[in-house]
Amino acid sequence: MTLAAPAVERRDAGSRRRAGQPDDRVPLRTAAGLGLGAAVLWLSLLVLLPLAAVVVKGTGNGWSGFWNALTTREALSALRLTVFSSLGVAALNAVIGTLIAWVLVRDSFWGKRVVEVVIDIPFALPTIVAGLVLLTLYGPHSPVGINWYATTKGIILALLFVTLPFVVRTVQPVLIALDREVEEAAASLGANRLTTFRRIVLPAILPAIAGGAALAFARAMGEYGSVVLISGGLQFKTEISSMYVYSQIENDELAAAAATATALLAISLVVIGLLDIVQRWAARHG
Amino acid sequence: MVSQIAPAAVTDPGVSIDLGKPPARPRRRRRTSTYVLRGIAVGYVGVLVLVPLGVVLWRTIQQGLGTFWDTIAEPTTVHAIVLTGLVAGIAVLLNVVFGIGMALLLARYRFPGRRLLNVLIDLPLAVSPIVVGLALILVYGQEGGWLGGLGVQIIYSIPGMVLATVFVSLPLVVRELVPVLEEEGLDQELAARSLGANARQCFRRITLPTIKWALAYGVVLSLARAIGEFGAVKVVSGNVIGQTQTVTLLVDERAEQFEPGAYQASILLIAVTVICIVGVSLIHPPEGRS
Repeated sequence: MTLAAPAVERRDAGSRRRAGQPDDRVPLRTAAGLGLGAAVLWLSLLVLLPLAAVVVKGTGNGWSGFWNALTTREALSALRLTVFSSLGVAALNAVIGTLIAWVLVRDSFWGKRVVEVVIDIPFALPTIVAGLVLLTLYGPHSPVGINWYATTKGIILALLFVTLPFVVRTVQPVLIALDREVEEAAASLGANRLTTFRRIVLPAILPAIAGGAALAFARAMGEYGSVVLISGGLQFKTEISSMYVYSQIENDELAAAAATATALLAISLVVIGLLDIVQRWAARHG
Repeated sequence: MVSQIAPAAVTDPGVSIDLGKPPARPRRRRRTSTYVLRGIAVGYVGVLVLVPLGVVLWRTIQQGLGTFWDTIAEPTTVHAIVLTGLVAGIAVLLNVVFGIGMALLLARYRFPGRRLLNVLIDLPLAVSPIVVGLALILVYGQEGGWLGGLGVQIIYSIPGMVLATVFVSLPLVVRELVPVLEEEGLDQELAARSLGANARQCFRRITLPTIKWALAYGVVLSLARAIGEFGAVKVVSGNVIGQTQTVTLLVDERAEQFEPGAYQASILLIAVTVICIVGVSLIHPPEGRS
């Protein structure tokens, strides 16, 4: 545990900075270097090597093999359903998540603390339990007579459930930090509430909304547990990509599974990359 | 009515010079839209989360407390609970060791590839759990896996389930620790070192107390994630009843086969979730204050 105490001070140490040495860079000593090696090895064995194996397996039969596996009728219809429902869920979350964040920050009412806690439940609740919970109320034995079992509506409901906290929790801190005097100034100059929101508040929270929606999209693209029970997994109809990959693994068609998995990975990476760019841009212009 | 007006508006006589507009109107409009927004927000959260949870709770109570205990005490359920605890426990332990080490490296050292490493740590959160399972099979599977010939069975056994669980919860501890370490800086530790403390004393007496709350927070988050992991574990475990079946896999199997016990096991998991959320909300305030 010698990692804990590097001998060289970093930038925050202030006046003791040595001239000529870039204060940003604290070189690794032997012990910390070994620690870094161990951490990178662990990360490689656990994350990088397995993900590389997916890409290698998926593209092992060349570009045409990958493309053919990805565009079989079943794989393609699953991918289409996954992408479109994830986009829809991200868009819905951008609106309703912002609204919830607004209410939680600007309104005060009895039971607000309860709503605050309930927002976090989808983060921590096991996905299969979320699926069972939704199936109980919105499935064939629904006490309210709504049966969305094996429908796209059911899938979107499950995705909305698991992505509920993303936009709310990214927008909330930005709204809290917002300077309300600007809004009051706009109102005093005759802007109504909607104009004030559109011209003053929205531009300030837009990067946070985009970030939260991107996270929700990435989560929805890979979701499995909450969807598996309510979707019914009908081929060409309610089978999402993660369920397709699972069925291919079950059938020992690992190459076909890896092709779709590679596509899912690629989409996730693009979204994360875009998110990083948006956040950097916002940090520069905010 | 008066309680709805901002205190400044009540005391400030300037409000009356409001260009002759009747002051009651905008106030009333504001209240209506506030109620509408509040209604939508509360209604959405209620219909999506709270009501379904309530229905599950009601269904379980309906089936009786006796049924609940009988299900929990079944040998397969007990085995699933013990297995889940074991896998989650090992996974959290590994996450704590990796998390502290990685957070110290990221917060205190500058080395080539630091930014890349910073991005890579978040990668597991964006990967589908099913893809995680597939990835582990392709590397550690007995037949055809890149590292399959190690002589230790990893896939369809506990080590594989631990790997899958660690994968999905990897960033949770690191992400809690890095900001705290960066904010705290090194002054105290340098002072301790200059007074003759060795590295271990320094870690135990200075670093650990600093990151204590963030670490506890990260541990609770990873524990909740580890206990609840389903997709990745389903792929790598083989889901053998009484052997590699965790509680989440048990819920899945019982629900898909329409066998009793899914609700009872779910209530158990919901209770763990609620305890974790309450735990997190208890941990957060002291951290925020410091």
